[in-house]
Amino acid sequence: MIPELGEYALILSLCLSVLLAIVPLVGATTGNALWCSYARPLASAIFAFVLFSFLCLSWAFLHNDFSVAYVANNSNTALPWYYRLSAVWGGHEGSLLLWLLILAGWIVAVAVKSRNLPQDILARVLAVMGMISTGFLMFVLFTSSPFERYLPQVPQEGADLNPLLQDFGLIVHPPMLYMGYVGFSVAFAFAIAALLSGRLDAAWARWSRPWTNIAWAFLTLGIALGSWWAYYELGWGGWWFWDPVENASLMPWLIGTALVHSLAVTEKRGVFKSWTVLLAIFAFSLSLLGTFLVRSGVLTSVHAFASDPERGFFILVLLALSIGGSLLLYAIKASHVKSESSFSLLSRESFLLINNVLLTVICATVLLGTLYPLLIDALNLGKLSVGPPYFNALFVPLSALLALSLGVGTLVRWKQTSATLLLSQLWLPALAALLAGGVTLALLPQWPGIWAAIGLLLAWWVVFAGLRDLFNRVRHKRQPLAAMFQQSRAYYGMVLAHVGVAVLAVGIALVSTFSEQSDLRMEPGDSRTFGGYEFVFDGIRKVDGPNFHSDTGVIRVLRDGELYTEMYPEKRLYNARGMVMTEAAIDPGLFRDLYVALGEPLGGDAWAVRVQYKPFVRWLWLGGLLMTVGGILAATDPRYRRQAKRETASAAA
Amino acid sequence: MNPKRRQRLFIVLFIVVGVGIAVGLTLFALNQNINLFYSPTQIAQGEAPEGRRIRAGGMVVDGSVIRSQESLEVSFEITDYENTVRVEYAGILPDLFREGQGIVAQGELDSRGVLKAVEVLAKHDENYMPPEVAEALEKAGKMPRPAGQEFNK
Repeated sequence: MIPELGEYALILSLCLSVLLAIVPLVGATTGNALWCSYARPLASAIFAFVLFSFLCLSWAFLHNDFSVAYVANNSNTALPWYYRLSAVWGGHEGSLLLWLLILAGWIVAVAVKSRNLPQDILARVLAVMGMISTGFLMFVLFTSSPFERYLPQVPQEGADLNPLLQDFGLIVHPPMLYMGYVGFSVAFAFAIAALLSGRLDAAWARWSRPWTNIAWAFLTLGIALGSWWAYYELGWGGWWFWDPVENASLMPWLIGTALVHSLAVTEKRGVFKSWTVLLAIFAFSLSLLGTFLVRSGVLTSVHAFASDPERGFFILVLLALSIGGSLLLYAIKASHVKSESSFSLLSRESFLLINNVLLTVICATVLLGTLYPLLIDALNLGKLSVGPPYFNALFVPLSALLALSLGVGTLVRWKQTSATLLLSQLWLPALAALLAGGVTLALLPQWPGIWAAIGLLLAWWVVFAGLRDLFNRVRHKRQPLAAMFQQSRAYYGMVLAHVGVAVLAVGIALVSTFSEQSDLRMEPGDSRTFGGYEFVFDGIRKVDGPNFHSDTGVIRVLRDGELYTEMYPEKRLYNARGMVMTEAAIDPGLFRDLYVALGEPLGGDAWAVRVQYKPFVRWLWLGGLLMTVGGILAATDPRYRRQAKRETASAAA
Repeated sequence: MNPKRRQRLFIVLFIVVGVGIAVGLTLFALNQNINLFYSPTQIAQGEAPEGRRIRAGGMVVDGSVIRSQESLEVSFEITDYENTVRVEYAGILPDLFREGQGIVAQGELDSRGVLKAVEVLAKHDENYMPPEVAEALEKAGKMPRPAGQEFNK
């Protein structure tokens, strides 16, 4: 009964979404305030019904209702309750329901938080979001309903959740990633609403900015969590594989980063308006493309659990409609947009433009490398894959250019800066970065290679340019020290995010060059010295978990002859699916990780063991975390609320 | 041509040349780094190049896995039920590597026609068959039935 209620709630929310897509839009076009005012209650109602439906599915999981096909395929009575709950989004159908729930959440958040928006704009924004939710509700209901029943032969036991997904990382990674993906729908809806109304001005950029920042922050966190999960759960210590599915999430992130910066220019200076709109359209389109790539099964990867041509076709149609429609609208409307000011070559606008161009180019190369195999396959020219060297060869130099222009961009002024003034600002941070970079390189055990060295230099460059900027801001204040703590939240957000970039650069440079790894054949008593630590293999213990049997290796780690720690890498056999899983043992640290994973038994008591030493690997995710916090700080700047109040007041007057 | 137009022409030419170079370099990098997929039959017929990174996939032949007693070197055969290719690999095999399982190996062919693999991939699903392998088997008319219907559903 309860699953049917869930399905019914989805059908109701589809009807309401259609209404939301049509009624407020007609109201805004004809100037009918009553019709516009339907937008907000409709938004709340959609959220309530989708939430109800989601709770129904969760209930089915918690009560092991294996008559529901999706539950039977993804759960098991032996599964602990928290994994049963996270299994709700462990498969195709449920993860789409989560997608919908988050979309509905964003819709209701916009409805609640935007009381100060002009009514016709809010009506248009919510109508566009209603169109998106209509499309996805149809997708869920027609091709992938999670509530379908296995009747009349109800299985006694479920097939269990894929053991790879029985993990804390999976509980949090998809929701965060989806928050980001779907969050760009808000920026998209604002852009489309602005195009429809023909009012592309600074106010539009200001409304759209906090939403975009939040979505971007969630996407950053989602990607970082995904990388962290792959690092410890896929078992082999890699943190980025240039897997098509990772690329699918990286592309909207790159364009989203460009959008965050371009919105800043549009708000402050009234230029780049049509470009910003285009970026908003692309950021959301790439999120949709990502969903298509992952869900249609055209890609081979850990994420592609469902390959069903009908679903792929449906998403492709959705993709074509939304991208085609929005670009058509853009083509018709954007030519009327006029810039409100101009800028010279040496100005912050120029450097943010460089940032945008570089990010777009990086995204284009990633897109090319991701879609090329699909294209070749579709043309029947053979099967191929594009290797990581391609991505590295393009990504690394382009990101280096990006970091270089980041430093200059923080110091150059809006509108116009004279070359001499700029040089007087730049020489000190440049010198400091060279010195600090030189010292860092001298402290390293050996020369890390040219790109890693450049990465380290640029990390210092970003930090010192930021310090110089802070110095400029406070030096004319009466109390410079106190002024350091009185900057706006948006400013601290920017600084944190840029420091995050520097931390990330350090992490990438060092973990790529100084990681050590070796695959060993070890029998009990064997030992091997590695990265200054001695690893002693003490054999295997049998351990039973709730739904698996485990061979747990015992490895003593000695440092200078004394016991440093013990590590317990596992090889698990999950009963329900008969699947073997590697659980790596990690000794984490800010400056290095020790990573041990068990391979296969080699006969007798011997086991294959992989030992790794990963310097600075935590910095990758620390960088991501800093960017996330920065994005959220910037989005919660009180300025947006004050401005909104002022606008309402002036509208009322 | 007035100076303003000439300036515009230069800018346009500059952009076109710049984009051309960028696209050329990108395509060059792409071409250097694509790994073509070959089935065991294609390899047996000599279609696959020697000494270039390729991908090969098939089902691991029952009883073909030979492990070294001293090191992590392992050798096995993959088949599309038409031809077989021997693969040599040193390192840890993926969790789901076992006889009868579909795998994809990346590496180079040596002069003996043996694939020296640097990476062996097996998917985390017991019934999974890499699409390339499934297609190769389909082509050779060797898709295992009825078990084949269980694959990739």
